[in-house]
Amino acid sequence: MRAVRLSVVTAAATAAALAAVTGCTEKSDAKADDGTVTVVAKDDSCEVSKKEFPAGHVNLAVENRGSKVTEVYVLYPDDRIVTERENIGPGTKASLTAEIKAGDYEIACKPGMVGDGIRQQVKATGGAAGAKRSPEMDAAVAAYRQYVQAQADATLPKVKVFTDAVRAGDVEAAKKAYAASRIGWERTEPVAESFGDIDPKVDVREDGLEAGQDPAKDWTGWHRLEKALWQDKKIGDREKQLADTLDKDLADWAKRVGKAEITPTSMANGAKELLDEVATGKVTGEEERYSRTDLVDFKANVEGAQKSFDLLKPVATKNDPKLVAELDKQFAALNTLLDKYRADKTGYDFTSYDKVGKPERKELSDGVNALAEPLSKLAAAVVK
Amino acid sequence: MAEDTQETTTGTGAAAPSRRSVIGWGGAGLALGAAVAGGAVALTRDGDTAVPVAESGAAVPFHGPHQAGIATAVQDRLHFAAFDVKTKDRAELVQLLKDWTRAAERMTAGAEVGEGAYGGLPEAPPDDTGEALGLKPSRLTLTIGFGPSLFDGRFGLKDKRPGALVELPKFPGDNLDPARSGGDLCVQACADDPQVAVHAIRNLARIGFGKVAVRWSQLGFGKTSSTTPDAQTPRNLFGFKDGTRNIAGTDAERLAKHVWVSGKDAEGAAAWMDGGSYLVARRIRMNVETWDRTPLAEQEDIFGRDKREGAPVGKAKEHDEPFLKAMKPDSHVRLAHPDTNAGATILRRGYSFTDGTDGLGRLEAGLFFLAYQKDVRTGFVPVQTSLARADALNEYIQHVGSALFAIPPGVRDKDDWWGRALFS
Repeated sequence: MRAVRLSVVTAAATAAALAAVTGCTEKSDAKADDGTVTVVAKDDSCEVSKKEFPAGHVNLAVENRGSKVTEVYVLYPDDRIVTERENIGPGTKASLTAEIKAGDYEIACKPGMVGDGIRQQVKATGGAAGAKRSPEMDAAVAAYRQYVQAQADATLPKVKVFTDAVRAGDVEAAKKAYAASRIGWERTEPVAESFGDIDPKVDVREDGLEAGQDPAKDWTGWHRLEKALWQDKKIGDREKQLADTLDKDLADWAKRVGKAEITPTSMANGAKELLDEVATGKVTGEEERYSRTDLVDFKANVEGAQKSFDLLKPVATKNDPKLVAELDKQFAALNTLLDKYRADKTGYDFTSYDKVGKPERKELSDGVNALAEPLSKLAAAVVK
Repeated sequence: MAEDTQETTTGTGAAAPSRRSVIGWGGAGLALGAAVAGGAVALTRDGDTAVPVAESGAAVPFHGPHQAGIATAVQDRLHFAAFDVKTKDRAELVQLLKDWTRAAERMTAGAEVGEGAYGGLPEAPPDDTGEALGLKPSRLTLTIGFGPSLFDGRFGLKDKRPGALVELPKFPGDNLDPARSGGDLCVQACADDPQVAVHAIRNLARIGFGKVAVRWSQLGFGKTSSTTPDAQTPRNLFGFKDGTRNIAGTDAERLAKHVWVSGKDAEGAAAWMDGGSYLVARRIRMNVETWDRTPLAEQEDIFGRDKREGAPVGKAKEHDEPFLKAMKPDSHVRLAHPDTNAGATILRRGYSFTDGTDGLGRLEAGLFFLAYQKDVRTGFVPVQTSLARADALNEYIQHVGSALFAIPPGVRDKDDWWGRALFS
């Protein structure tokens, strides 16, 4: 008996039908006991509806019945953040979902968003007992957290050189300082992106503005200033305000970045995301369309990805030595390729991207593909 | 035990079903369908001649003395890609050819690449990209070729470059774009379903990252020649039947004479080519707008056949023997005919293409000409020399891309791989 042919349309319809059925099932379950953990946050208490819940996909429904804005965390016993939700206003509700493995945790409410918060001990049950990472993994995460914080701390003074030049109205000095001010950010951008609000404030390009946003009022950050310096070639009062805003937003980043959620998987995925950044925004020349400093960003992205990889290498080598060897090789090849575009191998003075021809851009793109493909397998090698 | 935590925020209390579980359910059912389709059709070759597979959706056998996709029945769709080899490591290239062979075996049987499109570790990208899930094999064939530049010394192959793997001469009127020409390797994917053909090249390219890079590629939609003479002869974008006298896939004698490399052509440097062929790929731009303004009588004079039937000048039926002298000296059929070219005969497998517009309000359209032969020096070159010099059709076409590939013999069994004889 020959199988009936299923066209793509039928396949899509079947998948959609399954989604609809599954959705109904899920909603039906919600009427009974959907496993949601309710958190009632007040100014002086943090009530959790369940002290034990099944491990896996956990939904927290938070209600702030206090008089202060609050935030709610799920923490490992050692204070590492599993997940968090900030800025839950008085009288409002919020929801957050996380993949939580079996083990002991704390749920913390922080009225006023300060201090250690009011805590409740909870337990996720089932699955593998003891959601603990190996010491090697903890070491990798701790080292990466330090790296991320160090990059942010080192960036602030470099940004100040840039913003001081803008405030002084010095176009040439500002141009010189621009690319260097972005290196620490580009090395660690996926971590900053995990906050959601910082990245659009400091790194959005004009075409990235959301519908309804006015470029004249709402476009802030590096690329707005890039355009002013290279295309408009002038610094006005608005640019000076934007320099102050950039300083403030990046100071906020430096303050928060050390508390970002970091796991071995997010490190590996972050490395892949850095290469994706290169493939979609840097190799194409899209990111630095006025300054043409794309290769500086490119190099910084690769360095950030390589840092994640180096820190994860002890674990990944045990699980997939062949992958690690391939990654070592491809990182080396791409770095060698990038070195063609700078005279000083220790500096960040790269060839302007408008001087990089089409065949050379393709060569760079091939190098990125060669690295990005095995890098996409790093997360699996880490969790095996 | 490694742990993994992820954060997502949703606006409602109930968690939405994960995308993976939905795809998993759908994929499982659909993949089962694919497996049944693949398994239900067991075909064999008859001797060393491919039996035409008229049944749409069936699998074309991958193994055999010759690669499939040459004399096998022509499918409706094409995805062709040429690759530059990026690695300098011979062993790495060999491993890629082995990996590609395993993937090609699976895809032509209607199966997924590697461990499939779902079901593995959620942290790992799936081995297969998934867009062919649930689709039948669609008569997919995958045919590999090796370009002249592969034999440049990087991989110790200089002494194995066949004499027939020449640099094609520059023909009058050629306007070849380097970005659409050449290549160290090529893969021709033909299938009745365009999604199946695209999926195949996409997955091979993905396996190749770091070792090869796509140099150029071409999608084709309507076949313009067939290897099954009993079927209606396909038409090209000028509306004329194309390849009326093409070699039939069942004509073992003509295939042996004109297509398959053997005997003295497979000696010395070309010993590894025994059972193979040579492929010329030419991207031919057609000026369809000016053609469409040409009077019917003139169109028919240019071709040497009538538009309705495809009958040669002065004859009633398409397959009537042409009387060349009744045609104008610059007519296409007369100039291309073996009798005009010392018997030169090629097996055509071309496809029509349209790639958007040319930026001047016209279609970027034409014929992606594919021709297989025993020796390009006695096949395509004399024919194209005749055509390029005098063909009235030249007013309406231009050759804009070109490549020549040595097509190795077929993969014999599961332990064999593409190019084994070359790299041994």
